[in-house]
Amino acid sequence: MAEATFRIWRGEKGSGGFRDYRTEVGPGMVVLDAIHEIQATQANDLAVRWNCKAGKCGSCSAEINGSPRLMCMTRLSTLPLDKPVTLEPMRTFPPVKDLVTDVSFNYRAKKKIKPFQPRKPDRPDGTWTIAQQDVERVQEFHKCIECFLCQDVCHVLREHHLYEQFIGPRLFVYTAALEMHPLDTADRVPELRGPDGIGFCNITKCCTKVCPEEIHITDNAIIPLKERVVDRFYDPVKRLFRVFSGSARR
Amino acid sequence: MAEYESYQHDVLVIGAGGAGLRAAIEASAAGVSVGVVSKSLLGKAHTVMAEGGIAAAMANVDDRDNWRVHFADTMRGSQYLSHPRMAQLHAQEAPARVRELEAWGALFDRTPDGRILQRNFGGHRYPRLAHVGDRTGLEMIRTLQDHGIHQGIEFYMEVTVLKLLKDGDRIAGAFGYDRERGRFRMFEAKAVVLATGGLGRAYQITSNSWEYTGDGMALAYEAGAALKDMEFVQFHPTGMIWPPSVRGILVTEAVRGEGGVLKNKDGRRFLFDDVPANYRDQTADNEEEGFRYTQGDKNAKRPPELLTRDHVARCIMREVREGRGSPHGGVFLDIAWIKNRVPGGGEHIKKKLPSMYHQFKQLADIDITEVPMEIGPTIHYAMGGVRVDPDTQMSDVPGLFAAGEVAAGLHGANRLGGNSLSDLLVFGKRAGEYAAAYAKEHNAATANKEEVEAAARHALEPFERAAGEGPYLVQRDLQQVMQNQVGIVRKQGDLQKALEALPALQARAGRVAVEGNREYNPGWHTSVDLGSLLTVSEAIMRCALERKESRGGHFREDYPAKDEEFGKVNLIVSKGADGEMHLSREPVPEMSAELKEIIKEMK
Ligand SMILES: Cc1cc2nc3c(=O)[nH]c(=O)nc-3n(C[C@H](O)[C@H](O)[C@H](O)COP(=O)(O)OP(=O)(O)OC[C@H]3O[C@@H](n4cnc5c(N)ncnc54)[C@H](O)[C@@H]3O)c2cc1C
Ligand code: SF4
Ligand code: SF4
Ligand code: FES
Repeated sequence: MAEATFRIWRGEKGSGGFRDYRTEVGPGMVVLDAIHEIQATQANDLAVRWNCKAGKCGSCSAEINGSPRLMCMTRLSTLPLDKPVTLEPMRTFPPVKDLVTDVSFNYRAKKKIKPFQPRKPDRPDGTWTIAQQDVERVQEFHKCIECFLCQDVCHVLREHHLYEQFIGPRLFVYTAALEMHPLDTADRVPELRGPDGIGFCNITKCCTKVCPEEIHITDNAIIPLKERVVDRFYDPVKRLFRVFSGSARR
Repeated sequence: MAEYESYQHDVLVIGAGGAGLRAAIEASAAGVSVGVVSKSLLGKAHTVMAEGGIAAAMANVDDRDNWRVHFADTMRGSQYLSHPRMAQLHAQEAPARVRELEAWGALFDRTPDGRILQRNFGGHRYPRLAHVGDRTGLEMIRTLQDHGIHQGIEFYMEVTVLKLLKDGDRIAGAFGYDRERGRFRMFEAKAVVLATGGLGRAYQITSNSWEYTGDGMALAYEAGAALKDMEFVQFHPTGMIWPPSVRGILVTEAVRGEGGVLKNKDGRRFLFDDVPANYRDQTADNEEEGFRYTQGDKNAKRPPELLTRDHVARCIMREVREGRGSPHGGVFLDIAWIKNRVPGGGEHIKKKLPSMYHQFKQLADIDITEVPMEIGPTIHYAMGGVRVDPDTQMSDVPGLFAAGEVAAGLHGANRLGGNSLSDLLVFGKRAGEYAAAYAKEHNAATANKEEVEAAARHALEPFERAAGEGPYLVQRDLQQVMQNQVGIVRKQGDLQKALEALPALQARAGRVAVEGNREYNPGWHTSVDLGSLLTVSEAIMRCALERKESRGGHFREDYPAKDEEFGKVNLIVSKGADGEMHLSREPVPEMSAELKEIIKEMK
């Protein structure tokens, strides 16, 4: 069996450095397998998050050779193994230890978003009638596994650290799922423009490129949300119409 | 003296999967203060991995379905070892629990008339599983999480509970540590709900994550609660087997529900060769009829691929053993063949099974719309667990409740697919409701401080040992024993040997040393998890030795038939006053006259 070198970031609260580990590479192995092998035999205390090992839980996010990916879905056969494979934690979030970061920002930001508010049930038994084609648009957003790789790569957070003014692509996907939910009645457009900071996004599409669930974050979530903001706040005809009709919504 | 931070709640929920979240939401709605602790981050519990769907007799697809049929199916699947009252409540309440999810924002796949779509699954007579493609668990956990964070519940993420605390006989709280800093935490509570899931990590080849070390069962056992049905471990027939690094990862039963067929190396649908007598009337006579069933023909009967999991898993083992397996020691699961039979062909498959398509494409370089998958059995689910009251979910310890996979009773000798997610909702809600009521009726309890000190000392011991073996090797060796000697095919000699190997493993676990410090140290976490793994493994071994028959998930090569006497009892283990594990037999709870009538009618 061939061997490969893994250059892994080891450290606590930001101080630390890379250390090299060599391990055997078997058929079909993913990066997380190599980490587990190193953890079991050479570095018992190597900190890493994982759960499903099948790309379903979004726990094992890291930067592999500089690109944000899931360790459990990155096959070693897709990486050049003649050079060391570098493994770093997501750099946008405060480091905890080794490959583990403090992702609590994402949970706090989500809690500020207005929760789901359904319209009255359509049927006497408390259920709704919804067509398959109307759920599909939102089902795309519901595929999100909260790996936060899109947050990691977005320059508004990564370089400009606007954590207090910008909720980031994951939470635009979340907001889009609520806004486009066929049953939802709440209005989140003012917040999008205000505290959620959708205006900071300049549609670089970096988030879309890293999403392991292949959600079209920019095209299907962010751009339609931006359009709602524009329609509401900047379109003079619609604004006038709203004044006369007294409607507060869309 | 150990240092720790203290927190007070009326109800403490341990676990943030479907059962824990549903319990917390219910308890909070009753107006008590609720805390939830979990080993992982919110939204990452096992529930997120569930694929196929939630079983509930809503009759949206087939109007012949109702709770009575679901009840009868569950009892038949359990080989009549389920607690009948639990099976009844589950079947009656599941539809309302699913609709509730929709009211909280879940978006299920739809029927043509705009209602929740339901799909076929093994052992369910009619299409019954509400689903979202093959990522139902994600939809469920996210819906509960996103609803739950607005209910005033306090969440403690990445906190592992080490010990349940008591005040005399009753529960008083729990003691644990946070993974990030390694600091101790004490939670005082009037009532505690265990929702910690299963124990798949006791085995080598499993669909389960690192979290599944049987903590909840071990915690309850140590606190004096009885465990039940521990011999019944479910082997899911279809896990990935190649490449080696993906071995055990689940291939959802929905593949078969959508028309996937199992074949041996000669291309034979071997499941037609062996249909158990009690399912013969419900099983298709030929391949064509089976296919029609999967495509919604109400007059067709189920293909044998949708027989119960225990049976399908054993048939696969037989094919492999007798030399008719696939190159890597499994059999073939073929969904690609339906391409020429359904509108949309390959696209239809991708749409119905998107994550399976993705999983095989990425992890195995296989396009499931073109070629068959290679699959084999993988450890999947613990039917056994904490014995609870069917209505309230309270264990033998006053104030200690359990719901979800950690609890026993609903599934008996074998769980039907889809019956777990519904179990989490139905009994999670009940546990939350009754835990809140218990908390309201009782004064605050006082935790025993000596227990806290002892638990803290014990947890830190691995740091104090200068030299010693690391915990991962002990875990590996235990997994090997369980896989080889307490696995899918069991016999007296093997089980005996496994039991004899246990003291040495226990001694090694007591001597492990960990390097590094307390901050996010997986070596340490693994060393403390070993205790739970060993406890649940011992329970499985002892019960497996005792049950000298084959039934459901428990197959004894030396007693291959069912034994009527064993069909009347559940096996119970509990910790005796002498500190040893004690085993007893308990008659299966009597059915009410109404339920007996249903069983008779649907035989
Ligand atoms: C791949 C896969 C697919 C499946 N598909 C289906 C399906 O289609 N339909 C179906 O019905 N069932 C399915 N199942 C089974 C079902 O998903 C599980 O049985 C169910 O999700 C368990 O839920 P739970 O709430 O009991 O526990 P979990 O969701 O596992 O949650 C357990 C929680 O307890 C916490 N915990 C554990 N120990 C401790 C401790 N010591 N201290 C603190 N916290 C602790 C964990 O962190 C976690 O939050 C599937 C299972 C798998 C693995
Ligand atoms: S498109 Fe917007 S949200 Fe996405 S990475 Fe670029 S700036 Fe960030
Ligand atoms: S949107 Fe995609 S990249 Fe972002 S958190 Fe969700 S799954 Fe991850
Ligand atoms: S471990 Fe779950 S996504 Fe990688």
